[in-house]
Amino acid sequence: MSAVPAPVSITGFDAARFAAHLSSRGSLPGWWLETKKAAWNQFLALPMPPRTDERWRFSNISGLTIDGFTVPDEPASSIPPLPRFSRAAEIIFSNRKLASRTSLPKELSAKGVIFCPLEEALSQYGDLVRAHLQKHPAALGAEKFVALNTAFTASGAFLYVPKGVEITEVLAVQHTLSGADHAIFPHTIVALEDNARATLVEFFISSEATGRQFASGVNDLYAGAGAQLTYVGAQAWTHETLAFQTNSIVAQRDARVLSLNIHLGGRQARHESHSRLQGPGAHSEMLALTVADGQQEFDQRTLQTHQAPHTSSNLLYKNALLDKAKTIFSGLIVVEPDAQKTDAYQSNRNLMLSDEAEANSLPGLEIQANDVRCTHGATTSRVPAEQEFYLKSRGIRPEQAHELLIFGFFEEVLSKLENDSLHEALRGLIQAKVRR
Amino acid sequence: MAESDILDTPEAVENPVAGIDQSVGNFTYDVKYDFDAGTGLSERTIDYISSVKKEAPWIHEFRLKALKAFQSMPLPTHWATKDLENINFDKIRYYLASGQKPKRTWDEVPDDIKKTFERLGIPEQERKYLAGVEAQFDSEAAYSNIKETVAKQGVIFMNSTQGLREHPELFRKWFGKVIPTSDNKFAALNSAVFSGGSFIYVPPGVKVSHPLQAYFRINAENFGQFERTLIICDEGSEVTYMEGCTAPKFSTSTLHSAVVELVALKGAKIQYITVQNWAPNVFNLVTKRGVAHEEAEIKWIDCNIGSRLTMKYPGVVLKGRKARGEVISIALANDGQHQDTGAKMIHAADETTSTIVSKSISVGQGRATYRGVVHIPKHLKGCKNNTECDALLINTNSRTDTYPAITVRGDTHAVQHEASVSKVSEEQIFYMQQRGLTEGQAMSLSVNGFINDLARQFPMEYSVELKRLIDLEMEGSVG
Repeated sequence: MSAVPAPVSITGFDAARFAAHLSSRGSLPGWWLETKKAAWNQFLALPMPPRTDERWRFSNISGLTIDGFTVPDEPASSIPPLPRFSRAAEIIFSNRKLASRTSLPKELSAKGVIFCPLEEALSQYGDLVRAHLQKHPAALGAEKFVALNTAFTASGAFLYVPKGVEITEVLAVQHTLSGADHAIFPHTIVALEDNARATLVEFFISSEATGRQFASGVNDLYAGAGAQLTYVGAQAWTHETLAFQTNSIVAQRDARVLSLNIHLGGRQARHESHSRLQGPGAHSEMLALTVADGQQEFDQRTLQTHQAPHTSSNLLYKNALLDKAKTIFSGLIVVEPDAQKTDAYQSNRNLMLSDEAEANSLPGLEIQANDVRCTHGATTSRVPAEQEFYLKSRGIRPEQAHELLIFGFFEEVLSKLENDSLHEALRGLIQAKVRR
Repeated sequence: MAESDILDTPEAVENPVAGIDQSVGNFTYDVKYDFDAGTGLSERTIDYISSVKKEAPWIHEFRLKALKAFQSMPLPTHWATKDLENINFDKIRYYLASGQKPKRTWDEVPDDIKKTFERLGIPEQERKYLAGVEAQFDSEAAYSNIKETVAKQGVIFMNSTQGLREHPELFRKWFGKVIPTSDNKFAALNSAVFSGGSFIYVPPGVKVSHPLQAYFRINAENFGQFERTLIICDEGSEVTYMEGCTAPKFSTSTLHSAVVELVALKGAKIQYITVQNWAPNVFNLVTKRGVAHEEAEIKWIDCNIGSRLTMKYPGVVLKGRKARGEVISIALANDGQHQDTGAKMIHAADETTSTIVSKSISVGQGRATYRGVVHIPKHLKGCKNNTECDALLINTNSRTDTYPAITVRGDTHAVQHEASVSKVSEEQIFYMQQRGLTEGQAMSLSVNGFINDLARQFPMEYSVELKRLIDLEMEGSVG
């Protein structure tokens, strides 16, 4: 490895910067550094998404430029506090560095639960990390940006819950990005062994209200047989941020995974989520809420792959569109030939709150087994006139009316979260955007 | 007709396994063609077609421009099936005709061609309930007739070769306006080598009481049929047009690539019904689109039973206020078939409404795909779309896909899309078998029940025909 001293910051994603990053990670396992090198080469080899790529249909391809971003070495000057909700432990990252953490309650660590920064896990539990890291990549179009994540990732959490251990309280992770032109690449892994249970919530927050930033995050979420995994990701980047987040979800026999992604920030934010139902009885509940305003573009691509018989999935993505915002929902249910008795649902609902907003829906199905129940639906509509009239006639101001309508629209999704205090915290986060 | 014009002698290929002949259209006659543009496509092919048809220079120019567009455009395999790459454009014969003038009475039609259409039941149907008939044999119309009463109302119904010659002012005004030459690769191909198809003009206020019908028949192997249909309904008029298609089963593939343009002026109504039953080696790549002006209505009823690959997405551009568009699509994909069908609804005026209902049935290893576009651009008010797609899967290895794309701008519209996939209910089959039906009969009945609410909207003859075709396709699909 070259002994280039790591400068304070490097501009542009070039070979020198990657070499500097790699050398700064010299103490991590060799296989991990090799993985990073391979990812870097893949990043270089992959083209930017071409205009004809169906997986990028309706996306603003010209907005994907990643020139001039910097990987910050300094932590943020200030870190916005985590929303208030009760939690068992938390890990806070500032830019790419660990800022603070609280340790797990003793009874959990005694049972073998691991909850630590990814790089710590790489050093201490390398085999465990390796067993789950990018084993089932989402691969819905953003591969180049996922490769960049793997090449540069330095932050992210690792949660491991052994067989039969149930954690009732929430575990929390926050990624804070501070400073203009800064980029981060968080990677979080959640691995639940058979019959384990856990809830992890991850916040992606910009410290300042404005500033051009770049984030490319990756998740690997694994639920072993009978496990119950709840994952919440909530992002509130600046309105000038280019953001990617890809979720990979694997559910084994009788496992239940609930994922909820809340999208508030970004100039252009793309989220890819891929659920693989690998054992009979597996279920994936895929939820998302988006508040799109200004000239934001939210691009959501999903895939529900049913690989085993008797599996089920249920997707509900809701977008509230204001101003000149644009959303894209492109989802696909794939039922593989052996996955008889699949029960899959996919629904995208768009609430139009402005005459200049644009909603694109591409709900797709690919069914190769005949004994299945698969339905999908997409609706795009305005607020019913009676509801508007009702609010007006009670003297409610339009902005306030919007807030009420958005929460009325979102309630169906929020109410699926069993944890009340987390539910309230997320509500607060959404409210902060709606009232902006 | 100089002998030297005949570059190739078509061979009749009889299906060697006639015992399992399932299709009424699976027979061919050894026809001696007077006009044959040979194999492959070049400027020479186009010069030949233009000279044989004695076309005006602007049409010849139009064809040459389209050829350039065709040659420069890639196959759309970035979203469509790679099976398109199996079309060998150099092996196709682009123009074959026995004569340049369709016959007005059935007796004048040459014997072998007459036999073809008699076997398909064309003259019978005409006598029964049609207001007019066009029968196209390979590249040109063999027979054309319109009932006197309808002609007296000023309705024009003829093949488009004749339409171009006799009504150039009407034709040129709308031709290529709904579907521009470079709309897609196959529309460009059609624009380069088009021949035949129907031309219909209905004068203001005229309501054609009985349907007009066209029948398209491919007889020769390696032949490409490229008919071009243009229907113009003037203000407040109404017409129903029906087309049927068949081809014999050859050992090599055949290409059918039509372009159909509809223009419904203010308050006009066009209903366009297709029952496609091509042989299972026909590539059926058709562009169909209509423009509906103020308060006009265009309804496509599209049934796709045959072919190897069908790609067809009838569209309506809703150009005038309160225009209405509707697509009813029924597709049945059997072993080795891919029915890639759907609809496009382009809203371009306030208060326009569109409806899409698609039902597909996949049998054996058949694959049925729904692909749709609903587009509502900005600054429009009060548009509505409702889309429903239902897919029925018969066998464990049957396949179905749904790929809709919906774009809505603004907050005054209501757009809804729903799709479902199901199989034939076991209880239903059991119930019917208990009452003495065979499993096959029960399955047929169940499939017919699945499309019944749509089939009921067809003229009776067509719904009977459709039922019979489905029964044939369902034979041997169980067990």
